[in-house]
Amino acid sequence: MGVTALGASVKRTEDIRFITGKGHYVDDVNRHGQAFACFLRSPHAHATIDRIDFSAALKAPGVVAVFTGDDIAADKVGGLICGWMIHSKDGSPMKAGAHPALAQGKVRYVGDHVAVVIADTYAQARDAAEKIEVQYTELPAVADTASAAKSGQAQIHDAAPGNTVYNWHLGDKAATDAAFAAAKHVTKLDLVNNRLIPNPMEPRAAVGDYDSGTDTITLYTTSQNPHVARLVLSAFIGLAPEHKLRVIAPDVGGGFGSKIFIYAEETVCAWAAKKIDRPVKWTSDRTEAFLSDAHGRDHVTHAELALDAGGKITGLRVHTIANLGAYLSTFASSVPTYLYGTLLSGQYNIPNIYCEVDAVYTNTAPVDAYRGAGRPEAAFVIERMVEVAARETGRDPAEFRRTNFVTAFPHQTPVIMAYDAGDFPKALDKALALADYKGLPARKAASAAKGKLRGIGISAYIEACGIAPSAAVGSLGAGVGLWESAEVRVNPIGTVEVLTGSHSHGQGHETTFAQLVSSRLGIPMENVSIVHGDTDKVQMGMGTYGSRSGAVGMSAIFKALDKIEAKAKKVAGHCLEASEGDIEFKDGKFTVKGTDKSIDFGSVALQAYVAHKFNGQELEPGLKESAFWDPTNFTFPAGVHICELEIDPQTGAVTIDRWTAVDDFGKLINPMIVEGQVHGGIAQGVGQALLEGAHYDNDGQLLTASFMDYCMPRADNLPSFKIETIETVCPSNPLGIKGCGEAGAIASPPAVINALTDALGHEEVAMPATPQVVWRAAQKTMMKRAAE
Amino acid sequence: MVHVSMAVNGRPASADVDSRTLLVQFLRENLRLTGTHVGCDTSQCGACVVHVDGRAIKSCTVLAASCEGAQVTTIEGLATGGKLHPMQQAFQDNHGLQCGFCTPGMIMASVDLVNRLGPSLDEATIRHGLEGNICRCTGYHNIVKSIVQGAREMGAAATPQAAE
Repeated sequence: MGVTALGASVKRTEDIRFITGKGHYVDDVNRHGQAFACFLRSPHAHATIDRIDFSAALKAPGVVAVFTGDDIAADKVGGLICGWMIHSKDGSPMKAGAHPALAQGKVRYVGDHVAVVIADTYAQARDAAEKIEVQYTELPAVADTASAAKSGQAQIHDAAPGNTVYNWHLGDKAATDAAFAAAKHVTKLDLVNNRLIPNPMEPRAAVGDYDSGTDTITLYTTSQNPHVARLVLSAFIGLAPEHKLRVIAPDVGGGFGSKIFIYAEETVCAWAAKKIDRPVKWTSDRTEAFLSDAHGRDHVTHAELALDAGGKITGLRVHTIANLGAYLSTFASSVPTYLYGTLLSGQYNIPNIYCEVDAVYTNTAPVDAYRGAGRPEAAFVIERMVEVAARETGRDPAEFRRTNFVTAFPHQTPVIMAYDAGDFPKALDKALALADYKGLPARKAASAAKGKLRGIGISAYIEACGIAPSAAVGSLGAGVGLWESAEVRVNPIGTVEVLTGSHSHGQGHETTFAQLVSSRLGIPMENVSIVHGDTDKVQMGMGTYGSRSGAVGMSAIFKALDKIEAKAKKVAGHCLEASEGDIEFKDGKFTVKGTDKSIDFGSVALQAYVAHKFNGQELEPGLKESAFWDPTNFTFPAGVHICELEIDPQTGAVTIDRWTAVDDFGKLINPMIVEGQVHGGIAQGVGQALLEGAHYDNDGQLLTASFMDYCMPRADNLPSFKIETIETVCPSNPLGIKGCGEAGAIASPPAVINALTDALGHEEVAMPATPQVVWRAAQKTMMKRAAE
Repeated sequence: MVHVSMAVNGRPASADVDSRTLLVQFLRENLRLTGTHVGCDTSQCGACVVHVDGRAIKSCTVLAASCEGAQVTTIEGLATGGKLHPMQQAFQDNHGLQCGFCTPGMIMASVDLVNRLGPSLDEATIRHGLEGNICRCTGYHNIVKSIVQGAREMGAAATPQAAE
């Protein structure tokens, strides 16, 4: 029952319910009298809906109702929204087509929502959905990112001519062009950032529940940000005013970005529950998840890097085509722009950067934020570019990076971001030592003797987290502020409830947030409860994504704790008959300076509520404070990951022999949890580099719609990781923390591909570098070597 | 409809169910044992692993009716006498879980792995043994550590059987 310090690798308190099967996920929610929804989804990528006949479905056993887009429109329920306005370089606003929750007249991707069947059981709903007859007229589909905007392609939305959402740019074109004109060496690369499917292990689910007595809708949903869901469903979709709409996101089984967004299914469940006055439950099956969860990445890029004679980078020029899918998901527009272009400077001092991004519609599932969201794409561009530039100019890739590192802070990049703190050479040195970089030639020779190809790849990534200063993101087009809220309720016996707008779906907030309270108030963690995920309990919040819950969410708690301490000191002053200014608070005890007169925290809490020792008119009874924290800057986690691998050129099999990571996350709250976040991020990044790829055929059919077709990283695809940290304190929040949730996924793809191309001796290998891809690339290597 | 009856976590359980009812549906919907999860429809992810007559099976791929008379153990039945099973404890000790969704299946599969192969498992054996279970959060690093500890402690306790 001691106090738990910040920085202690204390075991997670939430684990007990998860390891005993007592977690409470949305699919575990069952409401009395509930019915079940099954969505009829489009089998075509692009088609007009000419007629829907659901008369047979309505007569099927157990069916309660069948609804189409016309029913929702008749109730004046609006479509889904994209909450970030991007302007094209000509100043025009992005061109967005309507996004109805159930299709109206047209379907735009395989999996698009045509109708919903609601029945007494899920099996009945599914059986009945098969009885709906839809007459479609198929239209040509647009599935390919690179050619979506070319002339002659089918038009997906009338509102977006040429299937173009925006042509955005960032940076100084003239200055960058001048840098290239004066360059001694220019490195050019074409890069594809492969499309991924997030696949949290818990499929999305929703239960809508309507109370006609109070005219209130309660929506249980798999959300990373229930308050944002309520805001969007209320203010934009118009389901119900916020005070009549409660959104609960209980235990959520992973998100990785895909559960940030407000989707058709939860909208329909909440709406239909009121319509039929019965709870309506929907749980995605895995194939539905593949078809309709927002996908990630999907960039086609050409990049150029200019160097001077001394090996200094003088310019970076990037053109990217970003596939946003068939509709704009909630934050889709921000991902390939302000979360991407702004990080292209990497860890390097690059005086001139110019980036253009053309965002396109295609007949594929919507694309939005997936772990890292824009920053993995940026890191992939810059870390591939510096690697290849070093190789082309005969420089050691590690030393080439060192030559170009930013070393003075704050550092203003040419692409908005102002890096506040870091020590890039230190992380590099430590990582090189841990990875035994010097010993590589001997290991390469040993591999070669076995007929294997060994390679090493460095990735010196930086990202922007702690999203984000509200006014700053507002000026860039965000529709919301990105602060966080917290309320600290001290009970009369001195136990504490913290209500936070952050949401935990694997990150361990119930432990780390309680560590903060324990260390600050000097009370045991057991006396602290962390409450999140319910809009009726927590007043407001922006949720968890962008590695923001430590830097932003905990800062809000910290600020509320400041207020608790200030108020408690007043109460303690009255109890100890001393002036408030003479009270010191340390180790859970209030003491009159220079005396041994003291009172513990629990007693002060009790006195705050009984209010016997002070005048209730002068000092309000109670001990409860709230705070909103609006960040002053993004935070900038950075580090170096090194992948060393071996290729079997006979089979194309890749074995990752060792993985070394040295990350700078600022101050750590719980190093055990931080390491776990890094492990998971690396696995997802290795998945992107070697295994995972969402593949649509030319007709827009998703060929990778199950775990049998889409290769998820499994235990035997990965090594154990060597993870260490360095620390530069983040100056922009009171805890000095930067965030760690996405770093691994951002750092790892270029580390793997740099290692693969080092082993192969050429740059022609695309992600995912499956055994087939690697085998082909290795044949080229072997033929080249045989010819030499 | 068919009548099914089996022993789940040592208690008799029976019901009349739709003949197509899967074991996982019977556990979750009829018995409200919601610790067993469904993460896919293709027997790939292993979130639904339970023990039937002492062997790990994917409960999303077996009909409830085919488990007539069986002894079934789910994650809820693994701890005995108010004490966590060593494998459960190992997952907490080693931060072998994050979101917790794959965890029940992961733990049930791990116990089965030790029951089949014994308590001295090397990393390669563990990683290969987990091929039927997907975790999206942990990168498996800490799951492997958890199983090393859990296996060792199962061996030390000399009770290689789960709570069947």
